[in-house]
Amino acid sequence: MMHVTLTHYLVISAILFSLGLLALVTRRNAIMMLMGIELILNAANVNFLAFSRYSALDIHGHVVAVFVILLAAAEAAVALAIVLNIYRTFSTVNVDQINQLKE
Amino acid sequence: MELTDIIFYIFALVTIGSAMIVVFSRNLVYSAFSLMFTFLGVAGLYVLLLADFLAVTQLMIYVGGILVLMIFGVMLTHRVVNVEISSGAMRVIPATIVVGVFLGTLLLVLTRTKWMVMEGSPDVIGTTSMIGTALVTDYLLPFEVSGVVLLVAIVAAAFMARKR
Repeated sequence: MMHVTLTHYLVISAILFSLGLLALVTRRNAIMMLMGIELILNAANVNFLAFSRYSALDIHGHVVAVFVILLAAAEAAVALAIVLNIYRTFSTVNVDQINQLKE
Repeated sequence: MELTDIIFYIFALVTIGSAMIVVFSRNLVYSAFSLMFTFLGVAGLYVLLLADFLAVTQLMIYVGGILVLMIFGVMLTHRVVNVEISSGAMRVIPATIVVGVFLGTLLLVLTRTKWMVMEGSPDVIGTTSMIGTALVTDYLLPFEVSGVVLLVAIVAAAFMARKR
């Protein structure tokens, strides 16, 4: 418990990243894996903004974070469309039961 | 300990705690809803990092867009009538060990490294106009390309999700 520095933000970001990674590798549900990816992207954004605030004192980290959020939105839309198609074809979204690319 | 430090610890606690619920909850709907609190906590951290535009963007796009999309995904791919919307896990113990070692290494490196830290805070009041200027000057090409990426993503998602 002391004054908040850059390291505090980096530690939070590392914990968020690890939790996202854990969700990504252990969960079988495709939507749950997407949530893990979102956690990882958020961790990366916290890192960008923390370095932008404490180490560079400029705006470039913010711009990169804007692009990360944009790509996360595009990724979520396309991935959920894929998940819907998988559900229509296999009647499940558990990734360990999906083993062919065509019907 | 100043007030901002206390607020930081509150937001950090909300973020990490709800992220743990996201990962360890058995119920997919609980995960989706606690993901909202993770996003809110991260938005609070953005405010403390003097990123006001990013904080509002986080609220509008993540909480208002991506999260709604996730919940739609849960509703459309599971029968909601049977309350059992669970998502199984596999190989939990080896994965936890590997991720724990990974996290330990990360934390060790993070706390041992002497980061280059500038004193003081950037003298900015509102980052929105600066981000806007940077987007149309230094980052013009990535900006245009990301517009094309969004268009392609919209068309692809609509094309794939329609009924045949």
